[in-house]
Amino acid sequence: MEKIAGYPESLDNQSTHYCPGCTHGIIHRLIAEVIDELEIREETIGIAPVGCAVLCYEYFDVDMHEASHGRAPAVATGVKRVHPDKTVFTYQGDGDLASIGTAEIVHAANRGENITTIFINNAIYGMTGGQMAPTTLEGQKTTTSPYGRNIKDSGNPIKMTEMLAVLDGPAYIARVSVHNPKEIRKAKKAIKKAFRMQLEGKGFALVEVLSTCPTNWGISPTDGLKWLEEMMLPQYPLDVFKDIEEVE
Amino acid sequence: MKQEIIMAGFGGQGVMSIGRLLAYAGMKESKEVSWMPSYGPEMRGGTANCTVIVSDEKIPAPVSSHPDTAIVMNLPSQDKFAPKVKKDGHLLVNSSLIEKEVERDDINIIKIPANTIADELGNTRVANMVMLGAYIAAVDIVSLDTVKDSLTNVLPERRHNLIPMNEEALDRGYNLV
Amino acid sequence: MSEKKLMKGNEVVGEAAIRAGCRYFFGYPITPQNDIPAYMSRRLPEVDGVFLQAESEVAASNMVYGAAGAGARVLTSSSSPGISLKAEGISYIAGAELPAVIVNIMRSGPGLGGIQPSQADYFQATKGMAHGDFRLLVLAPSTVQELADLTYLAFDLADKYRNPVMVLGDGMLGQMMEPVEFKEMRDLDELPKKEWATDGAKGREKNVINSLGLVAENLEKHNLKLKAKYDQMREEEVRYDDYKMDDAELAIVAYGTTARIATSAIDRARKEGYKVGLIRPITLFPYPENRIAEAADQVDEFLAVEMSTGQMVEDVKLAVNGKKPVEFYGRTGGVVPSTDEIYDKIVAMRGDK
Ligand SMILES: Cc1ncc(C[n+]2csc(CCOP(=O)(O)OP(=O)(O)O)c2C)c(N)n1
Ligand code: SF4
Ligand SMILES: [Mg+2]
Repeated sequence: MEKIAGYPESLDNQSTHYCPGCTHGIIHRLIAEVIDELEIREETIGIAPVGCAVLCYEYFDVDMHEASHGRAPAVATGVKRVHPDKTVFTYQGDGDLASIGTAEIVHAANRGENITTIFINNAIYGMTGGQMAPTTLEGQKTTTSPYGRNIKDSGNPIKMTEMLAVLDGPAYIARVSVHNPKEIRKAKKAIKKAFRMQLEGKGFALVEVLSTCPTNWGISPTDGLKWLEEMMLPQYPLDVFKDIEEVE
Repeated sequence: MKQEIIMAGFGGQGVMSIGRLLAYAGMKESKEVSWMPSYGPEMRGGTANCTVIVSDEKIPAPVSSHPDTAIVMNLPSQDKFAPKVKKDGHLLVNSSLIEKEVERDDINIIKIPANTIADELGNTRVANMVMLGAYIAAVDIVSLDTVKDSLTNVLPERRHNLIPMNEEALDRGYNLV
Repeated sequence: MSEKKLMKGNEVVGEAAIRAGCRYFFGYPITPQNDIPAYMSRRLPEVDGVFLQAESEVAASNMVYGAAGAGARVLTSSSSPGISLKAEGISYIAGAELPAVIVNIMRSGPGLGGIQPSQADYFQATKGMAHGDFRLLVLAPSTVQELADLTYLAFDLADKYRNPVMVLGDGMLGQMMEPVEFKEMRDLDELPKKEWATDGAKGREKNVINSLGLVAENLEKHNLKLKAKYDQMREEEVRYDDYKMDDAELAIVAYGTTARIATSAIDRARKEGYKVGLIRPITLFPYPENRIAEAADQVDEFLAVEMSTGQMVEDVKLAVNGKKPVEFYGRTGGVVPSTDEIYDKIVAMRGDK
């Protein structure tokens, strides 16, 4: 039941609050299409983050639960333990998942919690107006790294996905991007796999999606896609870092 | 004398800057001043407004439910703030963008084709200054010279080359009223 | 004093802290106080200070715990949900008797709430910050100038009592601009010496920063020592402001920005002949309970006004102690009470006097 055009059923048909050129919306759509295609709209519970995607509980037309900043994997764990036969996913930004929520994501992954996490890396705190994120690139200027991110004082751009992949718990860990149609198709495939593995009870799956924030990067929407490709890809290579199906 | 002014428009129309400019000028003239912005998700494309109070005495509430003056740069702002202006107060309307009439005869309505004038000067972005110039002509709260003097304090350094154009825009607005 | 500057409340916090000798800031972004970390990230490197964005508020408050124990003047700031996370560190800081300054630019709650101004963290700040028998000294500025002065003072009070001090403002105060004059830059060499700090046991007994107390009797002794400090604060640190109280028949009690709006309502009511005054607590702990008790012998009734559903009003009632009626007017959820609303409440209470 692959939908080519039209609106996915799992996405409310309303315009979002995202800025022009922001790829949060594209990623929402990919998730909604996957939920439709797997026919699990009525069997899914989503956990919303605190970040620009906070209002995604209005956009996904499935049951949604709002979490506090960074705690979505813990909230998801609670939901999943009550409803082990339902599909539970979290949608989290890089501040949410890779900064304040590092403990929660590491331990959900390490437990092999049978949930799916979609991790939106845009190298910045979007919602709060452009502060440094742990994923911010070296030298990148933000409101809290006005002289450019300095590794000595602020540490290195964090590679969460690579880190999580070395744990024994996760079933599937991949990084994708949405800066062109080809990558968008690949991203959807990875997201679909991450949901399917949960349905098959295989354990924790996470897909990191590189995303744009032209507003806080201070550039135009088209330059945003270019910046993502040229600046982020070298730091955050696209790959599958763990896949237990390949081992089986 | 005390003036409570609300300035409102789209994000990007520079209402926050003229608010700061007026507050700065008031401070330079040793008056009490306050500048209170609206804040929040409105930043993204929505409407923005700020309340400026200039007074000879200490300013109690920094917010105002019945401003003496409203400067409105677009229609949503006019719809929101025109009804709130005090009786005998002033409403300054950016008539380049607002056609709708305000149905009140108990306030002074001053129409200024701010965008048109700004375009004549070569930059739409100084429409805010045209409005501020007109306001200062209508209400004698700070002098035009002090406002001009304050431009260097309020505009970011990279925009200091635009000060002559801003001054001209202030003059054009001032001379209209 | 320097020349007047027109500055945003949030930025004023940063500058006042630096002038007070603070060179360390640990924080985490949250609206509506983001200009504080942004200002510090720009300004602290200019004075050889350290700005560090922590991975969370929990981490930030524990970085403060470490830096305060190491002997530094240190600041952290946040807004309501973030303060809840800082509570852990703050309890340890109080338990270990360390000086530190915490700024809360309140927004509405509970939970994620909204980002508009609120005073709903009064209980948290004055009574229920975290577990254990401790108090914060809480300062509640109402203007940008007072925000500068109290932030500056907070560092001295924190050192004086070896206790965390909270500056409690709201989104309005953080976002608004007013003229401000700063006090002089403190000479770092003249700040109080801290013999108890962990700076290496060179030629002295080792120092331990700690809040563990496994022997009940010993911990009780420690808690009583803390209590003695809070009692001393009650003696020495109460601050408040009176406005038109001389002949007042109705006393409004309000703090922070709400007190300013109440002042406008009072001015209007006075013009209509209503005898209304204001008691504005500046310290929320210690609370000006004696001033309010004294006023209870003078006025007919009290009105507490807050941006909450009614928190400080409980302290007004405690101080009034049943002598006179105490009413409440509040807006909450990020709604700011208007001058009109407070005026109407005054009229409703005073009738056609
Ligand atoms: C405990 C707590 N701390 C801080 C915040 C403020 N806050 C809201 S969103 C956010 C960061 C958002 O960044 P990210 O997760 O990268 O999402 P994005 O907006 O970039 O999509 C922060 C710090 C909060 N709501 N709660
Ligand atoms: S601020 Fe950035 S992440 Fe947030 S909606 Fe705008 S572009 Fe997207
Ligand atoms: Mg982000």
